[in-house]
Amino acid sequence: MIESTPALTTGLPVLTLLTVLPLAGAAIALCSGKHARAVALFTTIASLALALFIWSSLPLDGSMGMVERVSWAPSLGIEYHLGVDGLGALMLVLAAIVTLMSVDAAHRVHHQPNLYFGLVLILESGLFGSFTALNFFHWFLFWEISLIPAFFLIKLWGGTLRGPAATQFFVYTMAGSVALLLSFLAVFLSTGSMDFGYLTQLASTGALEKMVTTHLGPVTIWLAIGVLAGFAVKVPMIPFHTWLPAAYAEAPSPVTMLLTGAMSKMGVYGLLRIALPLFGHQISQMRTPLLVLAVATVVMGAWAAAAQKDLKRVFAYSSVNHLGYCLLGIFALAVPAAGAAAQASQAAVLNGVILQMFNHGVTAAALFWFVAMLQERTGGHRGIDQFGGIRKPAPVLAGLMGIVLFSSLGLPGLNGFVGEFLIFRGVFPLAWVAATVSVLGLLVTAAVILTVIQKVFTGPVPEHCVGFPDLHHGERMAMIPVIVLMLIIGLVPQLIVDSVNPTVVNLLAHWRF
Amino acid sequence: MQETISFTPQLATSPITEILWLIPAVPIVASGVIALLKQEKRKLAATLSIGSLGISLLLSLAAFAHVVAAWTHGLTVRETVNFTWLQFGTTNVDLGWILDPLSAIMLVMVSLVGLLIFIYTTGYMAHDENYTRFFCFLSLFAGAMLGVVISNSILLLFMNWELVGLTSYLLIGFWYHKPSAAAAAKKAFLTTRVGDIFFLLGIVWLFSETGTLLFYNHGAGSMEGWALTGLLAQPAALGLTAAGAIGLLIFAGAAGKSGQLPLHVWLPDAMEGPTPVSALIHAATMVAAGVYLIARVYPLMQASALTGGTTTALTVVTWVGASTAVFAALIAVGQNDIKRILAYSTVSQLGYMMAGLGIGGVAVGMFHLITHAFFKALLFMGAGSVIHGVHEEQDIRRMGGLKSDMPLTFITYAIGMLALCGFPLVFSGFWSKDGILEAAQHWSVAKAPFYMLIFGALLTAFYMTRQVSYVFFGYNRRHKSVHESPSVMTIPLAILAFFAIALGAIGTPAWPWFRAFLEGRSAGFSLHGFAEPGLLALMATSSVVVFLGFGLGWSLYGNKSPEPETPDALEKSVPWLWAVLRDKFYVDELYGATVIAFYAWWARVADWFDRRVWGGLVTGVAFAFGLWAQLNRFLDTNVVDGGFDKGCEELSTGGGMLAGVQSGRVQTYLRILALAVVALVGILIWSARS
Repeated sequence: MIESTPALTTGLPVLTLLTVLPLAGAAIALCSGKHARAVALFTTIASLALALFIWSSLPLDGSMGMVERVSWAPSLGIEYHLGVDGLGALMLVLAAIVTLMSVDAAHRVHHQPNLYFGLVLILESGLFGSFTALNFFHWFLFWEISLIPAFFLIKLWGGTLRGPAATQFFVYTMAGSVALLLSFLAVFLSTGSMDFGYLTQLASTGALEKMVTTHLGPVTIWLAIGVLAGFAVKVPMIPFHTWLPAAYAEAPSPVTMLLTGAMSKMGVYGLLRIALPLFGHQISQMRTPLLVLAVATVVMGAWAAAAQKDLKRVFAYSSVNHLGYCLLGIFALAVPAAGAAAQASQAAVLNGVILQMFNHGVTAAALFWFVAMLQERTGGHRGIDQFGGIRKPAPVLAGLMGIVLFSSLGLPGLNGFVGEFLIFRGVFPLAWVAATVSVLGLLVTAAVILTVIQKVFTGPVPEHCVGFPDLHHGERMAMIPVIVLMLIIGLVPQLIVDSVNPTVVNLLAHWRF
Repeated sequence: MQETISFTPQLATSPITEILWLIPAVPIVASGVIALLKQEKRKLAATLSIGSLGISLLLSLAAFAHVVAAWTHGLTVRETVNFTWLQFGTTNVDLGWILDPLSAIMLVMVSLVGLLIFIYTTGYMAHDENYTRFFCFLSLFAGAMLGVVISNSILLLFMNWELVGLTSYLLIGFWYHKPSAAAAAKKAFLTTRVGDIFFLLGIVWLFSETGTLLFYNHGAGSMEGWALTGLLAQPAALGLTAAGAIGLLIFAGAAGKSGQLPLHVWLPDAMEGPTPVSALIHAATMVAAGVYLIARVYPLMQASALTGGTTTALTVVTWVGASTAVFAALIAVGQNDIKRILAYSTVSQLGYMMAGLGIGGVAVGMFHLITHAFFKALLFMGAGSVIHGVHEEQDIRRMGGLKSDMPLTFITYAIGMLALCGFPLVFSGFWSKDGILEAAQHWSVAKAPFYMLIFGALLTAFYMTRQVSYVFFGYNRRHKSVHESPSVMTIPLAILAFFAIALGAIGTPAWPWFRAFLEGRSAGFSLHGFAEPGLLALMATSSVVVFLGFGLGWSLYGNKSPEPETPDALEKSVPWLWAVLRDKFYVDELYGATVIAFYAWWARVADWFDRRVWGGLVTGVAFAFGLWAQLNRFLDTNVVDGGFDKGCEELSTGGGMLAGVQSGRVQTYLRILALAVVALVGILIWSARS
């Protein structure tokens, strides 16, 4: 059953290089004491440059580029198989941007900075590895590897309730991973392969389900559920999200940036790379309950955000809401539909989902960056009612954070709108009830964000906010490129869609629902 | 009258159309530059802002002249420039701009009124510390509003529409240290967003149904030809066609922006913003954007009327408009804040415009939009001048006798007031309102809107008489030193006053220039225009109604100058009615007790569900795992043989590495999970082999 392994693609192993780079940086950072942050900054800038290079040299037809493939443990179907398409490359860029922002925000780590930045870089490596792996074993390794530094970052540098938060985060994600692993073992037992490309091929002809049924009985739907469970926890989808508010709130803000900006995308990425290609038919069978959960994630996520008093929990739930649009789009894809109009809708949805992943990553990371700034300036305050009128002492901070907040709200002209518009454009003809209910999420999110602005920026200034320092020059220089990026994506989204759309076409052509 | 002759060739767009995008772009760029200026660069900011809008006005006039020139040659201009913003697969997300009579008139109005208000602002805001930022926001607003006007793509229109909403939000909350201003800004944004989410649904529906976002595209746009036919053939729910349903969704967006029932609640609160903002955004331009939107998508709104009669969408527009007109006019009677009276008046007049669109068509609604923009901007700026003169007092009961202290303001205000009330023959408001009334009189569906609008006219004359009596007549009840405003403020008033009278000339039945221009017909002067059956009777009726309103108002309030603490004249005679009107029919309270309460309650439910139900489930599972772990340990140590023990030990050393740094609970979980994995894999392998 194991397909023949072609020889290693010629050329520089760029993707391996990209994955190893942060690891090497981590090793240096661990040994470099107080200069660890400088090492980390240097490494993350280099990683971003490399990721951008990879993104800019993608194959134009949307297929896998920069493929590296060597046999590893053939009897177990394990290969070292790497490659990126428009989806993977964009996620690499996102991971690199978010890690850089996170390292930049973490300039107040006094406790064991070498360990802190070492772990951050290991986490980055885990992200790169999981966005480039094309073999389950290899992919799973990085999926799990990224979890461990995240756990320690929360556990050792987190807030007062970091212990339970870290544990819950770890165990919950682990439980999802176990379900995922079991499903994949079953797939391996049935097909003898762990290769995503090959398995996608099998699934697109319906052979995968037949093989599983022959070997294990009619359990394919359970395997699909197992895989979905793993990703549902990671994204997260309501009701598998309870680890998130505590973890996001207790993690130090720069780590929260990583959790929401990059790691949550591993879940959506997994749905697109693994769940839909392999179990599209099963997901299609379960689409109604899944759409209900996606809508619940959108609407209830936004509403839960409205009830929070802690800025980090507000943005945590707001993240749940924003990723809910990705879920909505993904499950709407599983609605059976044929014809040119349906294809146009599906293309809109998938482009929208991928844009939304990127946009949410950038925007959410920027929001938590600002929370870090607010905390630093007030001795750790982050209650929504603990601020007021800081627009007066800190107009630049308020102005820039305002832009980021409106990006999160989905204001046209900024990045957040484009993805959401395309998702709604596509979902409405495919699943109009789900789309119609989900627009409530747009309204509630707006209410939440304007409440944040009202309470933090306007009104009388409380005592501990008098003399609140504005962003200094270095901080402005760090955030302005991010805001420029938001504007560019909002005004010229074609720049990203050009790299994504060929892959979208490619993916849709290989999925069977 | 001759019918439309032909369209200009679509491929050869004129040079002015090619550069039409500059009209919104110049103020937006100016806004960006001002944003980077230091706060001290006040003069430069104002110059940039006024200069850029001046350029927009010149370009708008050039565009208008081009359309008029073509029209005098019997041509109706509809020139578009479209481009693809975003392309994926076979789908094009197109944007573009359009020059036609509708956009040309609107461009001139917005840039002209805008420019006058900008100039006025240099006087009104002269002492504000955030003067520079104010001009930054104003310019951004003007650019976005002009963007709405020229959009030939419903998506581009929506993008500008939201940007307009953002600037409105920023300007209402401009004095952000006032909690009431911050709250009003939020309320405005959210209430309009309620309409906008429906609007967005309408857009995606229209886009997916017709495959285009463009209004006009050589026959392939969504407002022309086969796209409309297709939308009509497509049934939606409740007996509506897709065209009707989409029309209603778009109208929901328009109702939000234009303060129609039941989304009118934000507009009076928006008066928290500085007065130039009220004049520009919440009287003349942004609130009219909803009316303009309906005019823009009118082919869709009246689509099924192609076969005769009216459409569900237009019927809804009419009823909502007429109800808003009366409802808001009633509330205006019971207000004491000079700006709030005008705000409710604006809501009411927007209702007239909507009703005019619903019954009489684009020209009827748009004419009232244009005349109203001038006289209402005049009234707001006059109110600003008054507020300025009496040292930031806004309660009309604490004013009085200002006609001698502020003569220029008084004269111009009186002109605006007479135009608003529809004083016969001389003032523009009379003609534009009569157009609506005349259409309503002949509406085939129902007569009630006609009577409602007549009643609204009576109320308008009444509440404006009350306001003017309180402010300008009688004696000064509070402020000893009252000063007339500087000429930088009064000259714009005079110019607006001129238009408040003169604009009537282009919309009389004798010379219906405005209507002919918009509808692409030639306009000749002929007194036979008055010979239409019932027209003169209607003019007489509406004049009588207006004078009745004046008379009632004057008899109750004229020259009385009661002390501020004494009850209102109306309050003395009908206390319950006064209470209802003063408290705005308790709509805010109703929303507070329903929508807002539900929002807060449901947020708590969502949070409770999270903490108790889902969180409880997780805690329960964790507890069960813990129990199982205890049991397992017991079995481990007491029952299972050494071989199994050894296997467990290997696993626990893995966990032990973690144990060094944390409390110890995780490795228990890990061990259990690892054991579970091993066991389940074993089962799977076993079942696969058998």
